[in-house]
Amino acid sequence: MAEPFLIGDTMTGGYGKGPDILHECTIAVDKGEIAVIVGPNGAGKSTAMKAVFGMLDVRGGQVRLDGNDITKLSPQDRVLKGMGFVPQNHNIFTTMTVEENLEMGAYIRRDDYAETMDQVYDLFPILKEKRNQHAGELSGGQRQQVAVGRALMTQPSVLMLDEPTAGVSPIVMDELFDRIIEVARTGISILMVEQNARQALEIADKGYVLVQGRNAYTGTGQELLADPEVRKSFLGG
Amino acid sequence: MMIDFLNAIVALSNFVLIPAIAYGSQLALGALGVTLVYGVLRFSNFAHGDTMAFGTMTVILFTWWFQSMGISIHPLPTALLALPFGIAVTALLLLGTDRVVYRFYRKQKAQPVIYLIVSLGVMFILNGLVRFIIGPGDQRFADGERFIMKARDFKAMTGLKEGLAIKTSQSITLVTAIIVVIALFWFLNRTRTGKSMRAFSDNEDLALLSGINPERVVIYTWLIVAALATIAGTLYGLDKSFKPFTYFQLLLPIFAAAIVGGLGSPLGAIAGGFVIAFSEVMITYAWKKVLTYLMPDSLDPSGLVQLIATEYKFAISFVILVIVLLFRPTGLFRGKAL
Amino acid sequence: MNDLSKNLSYFALVAVLIIGTGFYQSWNSALFILNMGLVSAILSLGVNLQWGIAGLLNVGVMGFVALGGASTIFISMAPIPAAWQAGGPRILLGLALGAATIAALVIGYSRLPKGRVRTIALLAVAVIGFLAYRSVISPAIKSVEAVNPALEGYLGGLGLPVLLAWPVGGLLAAGAAWIIGKTALGLRSDYLAIATLGISEIIVAVLKNEDWLTRGVKNVNGIPRPVPYEIDLQNDPLFVERAATLGLDPTIASTLFVKILYALLFASVLIILLWLSQRALNSPWGRMMRAIRDNETAARAMGKNVTARHLQVFILGSAVCGIAGAMMTTLDSQFTPSAYQPLRFTFLVWVMVIVGGSGNNFGAVLGGFIVWFLWVQVEPMGLWLMQVITSPLAEDSALRLHLINSAAHMRLLTMGIFLLLMLRFSPRGLLPEK
Repeated sequence: MAEPFLIGDTMTGGYGKGPDILHECTIAVDKGEIAVIVGPNGAGKSTAMKAVFGMLDVRGGQVRLDGNDITKLSPQDRVLKGMGFVPQNHNIFTTMTVEENLEMGAYIRRDDYAETMDQVYDLFPILKEKRNQHAGELSGGQRQQVAVGRALMTQPSVLMLDEPTAGVSPIVMDELFDRIIEVARTGISILMVEQNARQALEIADKGYVLVQGRNAYTGTGQELLADPEVRKSFLGG
Repeated sequence: MMIDFLNAIVALSNFVLIPAIAYGSQLALGALGVTLVYGVLRFSNFAHGDTMAFGTMTVILFTWWFQSMGISIHPLPTALLALPFGIAVTALLLLGTDRVVYRFYRKQKAQPVIYLIVSLGVMFILNGLVRFIIGPGDQRFADGERFIMKARDFKAMTGLKEGLAIKTSQSITLVTAIIVVIALFWFLNRTRTGKSMRAFSDNEDLALLSGINPERVVIYTWLIVAALATIAGTLYGLDKSFKPFTYFQLLLPIFAAAIVGGLGSPLGAIAGGFVIAFSEVMITYAWKKVLTYLMPDSLDPSGLVQLIATEYKFAISFVILVIVLLFRPTGLFRGKAL
Repeated sequence: MNDLSKNLSYFALVAVLIIGTGFYQSWNSALFILNMGLVSAILSLGVNLQWGIAGLLNVGVMGFVALGGASTIFISMAPIPAAWQAGGPRILLGLALGAATIAALVIGYSRLPKGRVRTIALLAVAVIGFLAYRSVISPAIKSVEAVNPALEGYLGGLGLPVLLAWPVGGLLAAGAAWIIGKTALGLRSDYLAIATLGISEIIVAVLKNEDWLTRGVKNVNGIPRPVPYEIDLQNDPLFVERAATLGLDPTIASTLFVKILYALLFASVLIILLWLSQRALNSPWGRMMRAIRDNETAARAMGKNVTARHLQVFILGSAVCGIAGAMMTTLDSQFTPSAYQPLRFTFLVWVMVIVGGSGNNFGAVLGGFIVWFLWVQVEPMGLWLMQVITSPLAEDSALRLHLINSAAHMRLLTMGIFLLLMLRFSPRGLLPEK
């Protein structure tokens, strides 16, 4: 099998000087694919993604992007390399307008980003409508769109989303997933952590079930949904 | 009857409105500095009053130097010419302080309260420095034309009994404050750097994630604070006089203004400045004159009709502060981020 | 070196510094430093109680010190009957009216249903109460202040022994602290700082301007002493004889003797307070306080009433500052409101606590002595330094004169640098908390 576009290869590590939370955990995603990390609470889902993004100490294993070892890079440097990250909480500038949020997303870009902004507005038309409103005044689903839009402004090759549907209604969740599929179709790899395992696996090209910081099951979304063990333990039958 | 009413309006403007507008502008500029430091560096800077004193002192020294060389911009006060130089020196001082003192605690991610105590140390040093260089006494440095409109001229012009005097320093204060505030809001809302400052103040982690360089934000903040503090201090000094201890005491109304408006909110700082200034001037003003014009003769007030003696003007900022803390601790404009 | 010997060596250093002052300057200066050092140590203990143990930021120490100082007037000065006759009861009535208005406002606010009616009612009460208060009290104040204004012009005190003013000063400070604490505790720590800064300015403004109460800037002189007067000692043949056997001039002997008596009094207060502070620190109460300081959220989650505990310790610490303030004024025998400067009475105490070691009572005491010593001695040192630096300049050079005249302000600078250096390189102080 060829090297995936982004891979966190057998990562072991934890926060600062704390104990290891991840144990030889592997997460990978290919170009234009959607990879989803699921698992019970406290399984280290978000931790695994943060490890890929450089927010914790990876003591064993490697993170490679397009074949290059980026294990030692800071999150900021990874942004420059084309990784976009949407944190779970506090992922927008609430006191700034929608448009300013997008501008801040493009802060590191020195070229003209007007076209990218148009693309984001095409993807999330509601944001265009509310471009001059403060992001803090928007609904939960709209805020998530702002957060994703902000991350897209750097034209990343990988977009990482930490529980993008936490706290939004099922209808909004479906809509968000549709948008994420659309983003993936433009060739951007998506790596996301999800609580709503069933729905997420349905749109996933690849799924990772983590338990206590280890890979428990790995497969395509459909395979995992079909796996009786996974169904029984993690999808509620 | 009509004449009485006009006289009352003129007296009110002369003794209350105009002084309060000037004082309010000065407080607003001071409170903007406090609120910027709070919004970006996240601590209450107790050295701000003494930063204002330092800035004003440098302006005074430049003013004296210019005067000795015969440079003047009559009818405007020479201090206006000295202002940019004072700002530059103060900016260097603040950047130096940040480098030597505050940066260490930023790297450590120290608690706000530690910063506050550190700023007390900086306050001590600045206070000592100012007294050492220029002395603890009163300095008057306003030159140029003192009045735009003299009370006597106004009376002659209008035939009213009450005069209206407009001091040059008062109009300069207002004009400068308006220019500074417009420039500041333009900077914060329209420029990339200004927006990055607001972003940093709003959500530090996300700002870092977006590639905003925190050290750059901090440098810009100190530069702006230096300008605001020097301008506020110089305007206050032109309007009243310069005395280091008075500037330390301004800390209370300035903080009250910033908190009343909502710490971290620039718009709030301006509103707070005027709330405090107007309350202070109105409550300590002896209303006898105005009331005498308005009331029928039989009801003329016998006393001065002064609610509180001028000596207690600090009590007014304090009481307003306490009321806000009790009933709306986030301030009028719900502060926190720029 | 273990803790005890480290402690002892620091205190030995203080002793050496003070004794050295005695030999090289004069024993009177040495005893002056010792006495004020003892008072400073008490002040520093009070602030340490608030900051070191509970993490509360009191930036209004000066106000509590001034209140304590004013209590010496209220307690020990003789009452002025003429002034009381002129308007004493009426002033008391006015104050009672003022207090009743505030009480009515507080009760009205908490009892009445929220809405426009309440706002209007409260405003009406406030306005009427204020007008009634002013109309009752203003003429009375005027007539009291007119009674022999050159020497009196105020109500005087109760004519009781001055030592009683010390605990009373503590009580007054505690009362002020209660008001502040009720408002600002439970909010962000910065707000407490600003509120205390404000109240201390107001207290000093009141003491400066309410002539009927404290004679204002005209000062109150000749506050009775708890110790004999020098002149009486010099006229006492027995004392003169004893001084002679020690080979001392009676005048010097009398000043030294008085200062030593003060030192003994102050030392006993310090020892009692230190003992109490140590007991408190090591009691379950003290452990809880520190637990709250180190993790307020966790303490709250465990059901501790953090705000109430903070109020307690804030009041206690302020009371200690009040006691120290009364002692200081007793030592001076005069009350000078304009002498209360925040840099000297608030921020210097902070330097003491931080240099000594916040959270450690012995550290606070040590800091009180060392910083006071420096505060006194930096001025002559600065002057000397300036003279050395400027010696190449001409005798009448303007720069030289300016530098020498400004040397006094060097100590603010020195204290600031001292504070920053401690915070940076030894943030836990000379005697760190265990």
